[in-house]
Amino acid sequence: MTSTAVIDKAAPTRAVKLRSMSRDRTWALRWSYFFLTLFAIFALIPPLYMLITSLKTSAEISAATNPWWVYHPTLSNYVELLTSNQFLTFFRNSALVSIFVVTITMLISVPAAFALARMRFWGSATLATGVFLTYLIPETLLFLPLFKMFVVFGELTGIQLINKWYVLLIVYPTLTVPFCTWIMIGYFASIPKELDEAAIIDGATWFQTLTRIFIPVALPGLIAATIFAFTVSWAQFLYPLVFTTSTEQLVLPVGIITTLIKGDVFAWGQIMTGALLGAAPPLIIYAFLMDYYIAGLTAGATKG
Amino acid sequence: MADVTLRKVVKRYDEVEAVRGIDLDIADHEFVVLVGPSGCGKSTTLRMIAGLEDITDGDIMIGGDVVNDVPPKDRDIAMVFQNYALYPHMTVAENMSFGLRLKRYPKAEIKTRVDEAARMLDIVELVDRKPKQLSGGQRQRVAMGRAIVRNPKVFLFDEPLSNLDAKLRVQMRIEIKKVHQKVRTTTVYVTHDQVEAMTLADRVVVMNNGRIEQIGTPNELYHNPATRFVAGFIGSPAMNFMSCRLEEIGGKMHIRLTDRIVFPLPPARAERYKTVSRTDKLQLGLRPEHITEASPHAEPGVENFDAVLDVIEPMGMETMIYFIIDGAEICGRVNPNADARAGAPMRLAIDLNNMHLLNEATGAVI
Repeated sequence: MTSTAVIDKAAPTRAVKLRSMSRDRTWALRWSYFFLTLFAIFALIPPLYMLITSLKTSAEISAATNPWWVYHPTLSNYVELLTSNQFLTFFRNSALVSIFVVTITMLISVPAAFALARMRFWGSATLATGVFLTYLIPETLLFLPLFKMFVVFGELTGIQLINKWYVLLIVYPTLTVPFCTWIMIGYFASIPKELDEAAIIDGATWFQTLTRIFIPVALPGLIAATIFAFTVSWAQFLYPLVFTTSTEQLVLPVGIITTLIKGDVFAWGQIMTGALLGAAPPLIIYAFLMDYYIAGLTAGATKG
Repeated sequence: MADVTLRKVVKRYDEVEAVRGIDLDIADHEFVVLVGPSGCGKSTTLRMIAGLEDITDGDIMIGGDVVNDVPPKDRDIAMVFQNYALYPHMTVAENMSFGLRLKRYPKAEIKTRVDEAARMLDIVELVDRKPKQLSGGQRQRVAMGRAIVRNPKVFLFDEPLSNLDAKLRVQMRIEIKKVHQKVRTTTVYVTHDQVEAMTLADRVVVMNNGRIEQIGTPNELYHNPATRFVAGFIGSPAMNFMSCRLEEIGGKMHIRLTDRIVFPLPPARAERYKTVSRTDKLQLGLRPEHITEASPHAEPGVENFDAVLDVIEPMGMETMIYFIIDGAEICGRVNPNADARAGAPMRLAIDLNNMHLLNEATGAVI
């Protein structure tokens, strides 16, 4: 404020402009805090409600008391879920699917992105755009043809993949690979051309250039892509609902819905507990790797 | 170490011919600088020697072997890039040893070579740092170190000093020269800066528009340019060019600049130009140091004339003067004590013993 006052004496017209600018800024900040608070409340109320509900007994949930307050807190929902074999199976299936899908996705999309970003070959630019376009096709359009493909495959070969958790290892990458490839293309493209030329002159093969130079340099992008692949496979609902039906093959989101809703009886306390526990792994991963995620996504966004 | 030979090398991108059939012989141990304006094909030529660009036609030989289809890693070359191209995730030592580690050299050998190069480049205390902790000059040293440890047949430099500030550039220029004097590796160096070319090179290759204009030692290019392009490109401030005609006055050959300015040619020059057609459109090329203040005792071939100065630039040890002859701005160099003043007339002398006569249509020096 003092600097404004000093300028005020020297050049009144300029000072007016400065003051109006700082006032603009103050108002912009106020509005942004207002909306940020609004959206934060909007986003945090559901998980808060889940937490509150998960701490109640079924009796208390259905009682006509204040739904925003826990009168008799209990951990029984947590104990029941965490000691139930069924829930642990769902959790294990989800974890296995996610870990494998992330691995498969990275093994495909990183070399693919490197090839599309750096090795100029006939049609590479078209192919790169094509990769992105496949990501734009809604998954809801694809699950029926995919299902049919697996049925036909089963009839032809006798290998039954439907209703096995590992069928998801083939299905999910159709969603994750295009997007991760696209992120990595953007990230690789931002690495200066001279870096791979230096590596090539130093005697590196394409593969060594990828593993020893590109992957370490593009690590933030790689982590962003990994988180994305993990989130997609962890939270996917439609495909596992369609492709798996037996209880021991289910992943967490589908498992919670199919086993905790019996007819028209909703085990709300356990549903909420399961959902909260299910949300925990991505939450922990995001908390630790948020900075990388943002760095990776924005780099991909501007260069891609 | 090896010689490098280019035979009728052509590079064509679709319809554009970037390099139009150049021949170049670079001897073992030689330091050759390719210089020219941007887009003249000098970088493309270097990248073809490196193997980073395919050649459309012709042959490139390193150490007597044709390397047209040899991949860069098997050409035994090292390259220093304009933006350093250091691997950002590796330390200085790792950067320098990357090539050796790929070739599975023994650890002890790698360490010896890295230490030696680090000592030579005065970066011993930096070997454990990452590139982002280094200044521009230090990064450039590391990039050179990475080239030196490989002990290649040929060093290739692609405008290595262009990203540095003026002072550091001079310092690194000297550094590069010192390194070359020590290791004596055949070097091809690309720059658009003619001062860099003159100071570093054993021989300078001036390129323009995909062709070689002239090859020669720095002094040859400066004193005996073959074309108007070379004459204008080498030297700073640039050579002056004035339209002129040859005339016979009283049986002696004269050079006429304007209706009022005409000078007799020195005998040696008159002899050299006696077959030049009197009707040809010609240009007189004269370096600024050959336009000075008039002295009381004129030497033979030095002629006096008057000019009104437009602008003066005192540089300390000399003063640059600018004036107009027949619409062309002419630059001269006078003694700082010669009392040159902007807007004032001054008696000047031009040294015709050092003149160049050019054919205006072809640009060739006669």
